[in-house]
Amino acid sequence: MKVKIELSGGLELLFDKKKVHEIEFADKNEIPLKDLILYMRDNLLKERSELFVVDDTVRPGILVLINDADWELFGGISYNVEDKDTIIFISTLHGG
Amino acid sequence: MENSNNSTNTTNTAAATTTTKKKSKLCEICNVSRPVLKRPKTGEMICKECFYTVFEDEIHHTIVSNNLFKRGDRVAIGASGGKDSTVLAEIMTLLNKKYDYGLDLFLLSIDEGITGYRDDSLETVKRNQEQYQIPLKILSYKELYNWTMDDIVKEIGLKGNCTFCGVFRRQALDRGAVMLKANKIVTGHNADDIAETVLMNLLRGDIPRLQRCVNIITGSEGALPRSKPFKYTYQKEIVMYAYFKKLDYFSTECIYAPNAYRGHARDFLKDLEAVRPSIIIDIIHSAENFHFREENKMPVQRNCIQCGYICSNDICMACDLLKNLNSGLAKVKLSINLKRGKDSNNNNNNNNNNNNSNNNNNTLKLESTSVTN
Repeated sequence: MKVKIELSGGLELLFDKKKVHEIEFADKNEIPLKDLILYMRDNLLKERSELFVVDDTVRPGILVLINDADWELFGGISYNVEDKDTIIFISTLHGG
Repeated sequence: MENSNNSTNTTNTAAATTTTKKKSKLCEICNVSRPVLKRPKTGEMICKECFYTVFEDEIHHTIVSNNLFKRGDRVAIGASGGKDSTVLAEIMTLLNKKYDYGLDLFLLSIDEGITGYRDDSLETVKRNQEQYQIPLKILSYKELYNWTMDDIVKEIGLKGNCTFCGVFRRQALDRGAVMLKANKIVTGHNADDIAETVLMNLLRGDIPRLQRCVNIITGSEGALPRSKPFKYTYQKEIVMYAYFKKLDYFSTECIYAPNAYRGHARDFLKDLEAVRPSIIIDIIHSAENFHFREENKMPVQRNCIQCGYICSNDICMACDLLKNLNSGLAKVKLSINLKRGKDSNNNNNNNNNNNNSNNNNNTLKLESTSVTN
């Protein structure tokens, strides 16, 4: 399965300044969102993981969009990510 | 088709939902489109168009029911290029047109002189100016006080620097608005900000601030009234609105911010929100209903003997802070001349701009006229 990840609101700075990441899992056709973010933390995050993941979920204050819709509509962290999903992480933790 | 955790039976309605992996619901308001957002305030799941409508209508309602503006007002929008002020510029322009408020809008941006933070966001404000066709004024701490935040941090370190910045910025907004001949200021403070402030003031036992911080209009006699149309608007919705409408904003944390006390309140609030999303608006409503004992005397408002700005002591906070800063330096003299006129809109103040760019001998002249409402 292939997943597209987009980062904004400053989050990209933690991930090598890259806003878009494409991840491929050869051995799965779905993955729990929780596992996906832990994967991101362990493999893509360059620094300061506590700014992205806290207590096995996304840090409060970071909005998550699944295929352009609020993740709250899909059960939040308990969503199962599927092939060709686009997950967008937007940080709101900065000045306005 | 795979069956995941879907154990509910779906009825065979013609319209949409069948036994698909995702339960496809429809927008709770229009029942036509697919939902894109679950509102933290109400839990409603709504589509994009309905979201725009409720978002805009609620703000319009806040503006109208609190009498924030009247026809002919000249309103300076505090604009930093960040998410809140960008959406604020968009919303003010949109509502002004849609409901014919009859306002003259301006963008006012303050440059604190923080390298790597403010320079980039000001580019965003300049883009906003073009998008919305609103006049823009940028005012810097350097020209107003002869100190940038970078200078201040070099001088005093990282404790208390946010206090300087807050005091300076508030005054800078007032000065800038007067230069624009505005009679009102709006800022993009949202519900999250205000709830954080309530928590912060509670935690620090700051009663006077606690009393004032949930007022939607602040500013006393002589100072320009400033209001917060986003007082009841969730930060999450502001970000989602900007995202869906593809509004372009700048998002970096101030490099000096990690040390600010507000961070504790913010983290706490975010944790609370994860458990009960309505908490943000609940905190605001609670704070609006606080009762304070009579013993808490509100300070008497006077004018700073040095610059004339409204304050509760002999000299205002900005002049006080500057005095401390400047006493560290040998020969910088900062003098602020104030011309206080009772006449408001005479045309003798076209020279304001010329005076402000005259910084050669480190003196700062500001023309200020009292503005009648």
